[in-house]
Amino acid sequence: MEVDLGVLVVAILQAAVRSGTPILFVCIGEIYAERSGVLNVGLEGMMLVGAIAGFTAGFTVGNPVVGVIVAAAAGAAFSLIHAFVTITLRADQIVSGLTLTILGTGISGFFGKAMIGQVGPGFDKFAVPGLAKIPVLGTVFFQQDAMVYLSYVVVPIAWWVMYKTHLGLAIRSVGESPATADSLGVSVTRIRYGCVLFGGAMAGVGGAYLSLAYTTMWIEQMSGGRGWITLALVIFAGWNPARAALGAYLFGGADALQLRIQAVGLDIPTYFLMMLPYVLTITILVLASRASLRRRLGAPAALGIPYAREER
Amino acid sequence: MNVLTGIYLPEAGRIKIWGEPVQLRSPKDAIERGIGMVHQEFKLVQTHTVTENIVLGLGSGLARVGEEEARDKVAELSERYGLAVDPAAYIWQLSIGEQQRVEILKSLYRGARILLLDEPTAVLTPQEAEDLFTTLRSMREQGHSIVFISHKLDEVMAISDRVTVLRGGKNVGTLMVRDTNPQALSNLMVGREIKFETFPKPEKRGAAVLEVKGVSALNDRGLPGLTGLSFEVAAGEILGFAGVAGNGQEELAQVITGLRGVTAGSLIVDGRDMTHAKAREFILNGVSYVPADRHGVAVVGDMSLTNNSVLRRYREKKFARGPFLDFSVAADYAKRLIEEYNILTPSPETAVRSLSGGNLQKAILAREMTTRHKLLVVMSATRGLDVGATEFVRQTLNEHRHEGAAIVLISEDLEELRSLSDRIAVLFHGEIMGIVDAATAEIESLGLMMAGAKQAEVTG
Repeated sequence: MEVDLGVLVVAILQAAVRSGTPILFVCIGEIYAERSGVLNVGLEGMMLVGAIAGFTAGFTVGNPVVGVIVAAAAGAAFSLIHAFVTITLRADQIVSGLTLTILGTGISGFFGKAMIGQVGPGFDKFAVPGLAKIPVLGTVFFQQDAMVYLSYVVVPIAWWVMYKTHLGLAIRSVGESPATADSLGVSVTRIRYGCVLFGGAMAGVGGAYLSLAYTTMWIEQMSGGRGWITLALVIFAGWNPARAALGAYLFGGADALQLRIQAVGLDIPTYFLMMLPYVLTITILVLASRASLRRRLGAPAALGIPYAREER
Repeated sequence: MNVLTGIYLPEAGRIKIWGEPVQLRSPKDAIERGIGMVHQEFKLVQTHTVTENIVLGLGSGLARVGEEEARDKVAELSERYGLAVDPAAYIWQLSIGEQQRVEILKSLYRGARILLLDEPTAVLTPQEAEDLFTTLRSMREQGHSIVFISHKLDEVMAISDRVTVLRGGKNVGTLMVRDTNPQALSNLMVGREIKFETFPKPEKRGAAVLEVKGVSALNDRGLPGLTGLSFEVAAGEILGFAGVAGNGQEELAQVITGLRGVTAGSLIVDGRDMTHAKAREFILNGVSYVPADRHGVAVVGDMSLTNNSVLRRYREKKFARGPFLDFSVAADYAKRLIEEYNILTPSPETAVRSLSGGNLQKAILAREMTTRHKLLVVMSATRGLDVGATEFVRQTLNEHRHEGAAIVLISEDLEELRSLSDRIAVLFHGEIMGIVDAATAEIESLGLMMAGAKQAEVTG
């Protein structure tokens, strides 16, 4: 059988954007949290909470848009735990984040029992008039679902706010040198709370993409490690929302590629292919764990460090 | 200072600005009243540009930063006051002097009419200090008020119109600069005629305890930090090391306590070759160390005074019960140190982090001095301590010298070096510029050597 290579490549790229979108949402949120100095490794848990909350709401009301809004609210509410524990109580951010992952997995599993086997409303693909006709790019980017289009709007706004507004300047300063920001009347606590909650909301939306667009059902632990992949992606993106899009599609591409190669039936064991995105994650994390490289990539200087005034 | 910038609240009295009584409750209040403060340690975000640092906190929410317009205003201000700095540069690219200018610009941008400067020249080169003075004069011409806090009399004489002398938190006199002279000011500062106190020195020196021959070492960045140092310290002698901070002092202290490896030369302590020995072997061979970084290096801040006091010696039989530590012995030991050194602490179980600077230093001295030691390495021992604690530290060092210890005293305080040391060596760029007799050393020639002149050039 002759496979048309051109068609295959376009199909893989289109799938790459689709698989990249959920982690792109999560990544934008985490970039904001980390830029303000709060590491949240509970992405996996927040995604699952968003996925089940979004699916349940969407299923009940019969409208996926309501599902997405509820998912964002649920993610933000869930991340409030992390904000309180790490910002107000100044506890260890890693420990708190891990707790969120475990808790989120448990909660979503518990509330998801009733939803197993149900098929909910979802976002269907539709072509954007005009743009979809551009050769190759039109198919790849503009024959997608509404949430993908939403991400096209979110990314530039996130970038613009981060680099061009006073809010963004305050966020970046709080993550680099909270004492400086504090001395100029910027509230470190408020900025950090805001960023962590935003991160939670975006993780919720990313989770909802999985249960309302990528599939239209709830599967236990359906995030499948995407939260962890996102942590690596934040580093890959150099804490820059625009570069996050590039990275997300790269990871999405790795995911899409392995599915297609399986489908085409190349003689490579499936398990190796399924490992692809995770191998990429581990490689990036290992490289990024070198302190000197972290600095060069632009890791916020105060990342992971609780802030207390006049501490010796 | 902290009261005027709204960090501390005054317990009594009133503050008037432009004739109007005010209450300053937070740094923001002070900024709004037109008070700008330049701290000794700059508050700048290293990875942001000059302009970003200046406008931080001035707008809120989604308002555009408008860097271009802000940049123009910054450029105009720096033009007007002679504060040359590139508004688009990143802070990490700037020299210390330029960073200070950014701090001043930050205040001016916020409309400060009153500028407070805390020891502004401490971190500057002489040329940068001269530039700063030019700026300050131009600000004065343009109607700004400036409060210049310094302990350098010549600077105060050079830049001020009026001078107020503070001693122990009290105003002991305000004078017009043109009506006074440095001598009168220093008398006011100490409250009596300055007596240049020299500690009595032992009649004769003992045998050499520390012999350093041609030692070189790398600094933390892997570059040469010390180059070809050679000197000896004898029993009963204090060898002072003078120099501007960052000229190899830290590396020297670490090399002669075994904390930093040497790349060339040899180290002999009490007749034993210790060139490549570990820190623990130095301790066992009678070397004690009082480091400059009290919180970071000298103690474990979150541990109790008791635990910290046995850190050096916990391996000794005396503190052991089988394979375990004997905490009752350790506690008794700590209590003894507290009494002997008069350390003010709520209890021996208090975390040392919460001790005051003076008491912390006493605790460190107590630990380092109570073991039998042949060589004592002391760095910046009295920095930041009050008069009483300073006196105590100096007395203690002097006593130990008389008991026959060899002491290496590294300090930036020339008066301290001159009053305690037998000889003074001057470090510059990791090299010894010369070693002079403390009794006859002149401040001027020490100063020249600290700036890089060799002893031969100074005296010859």
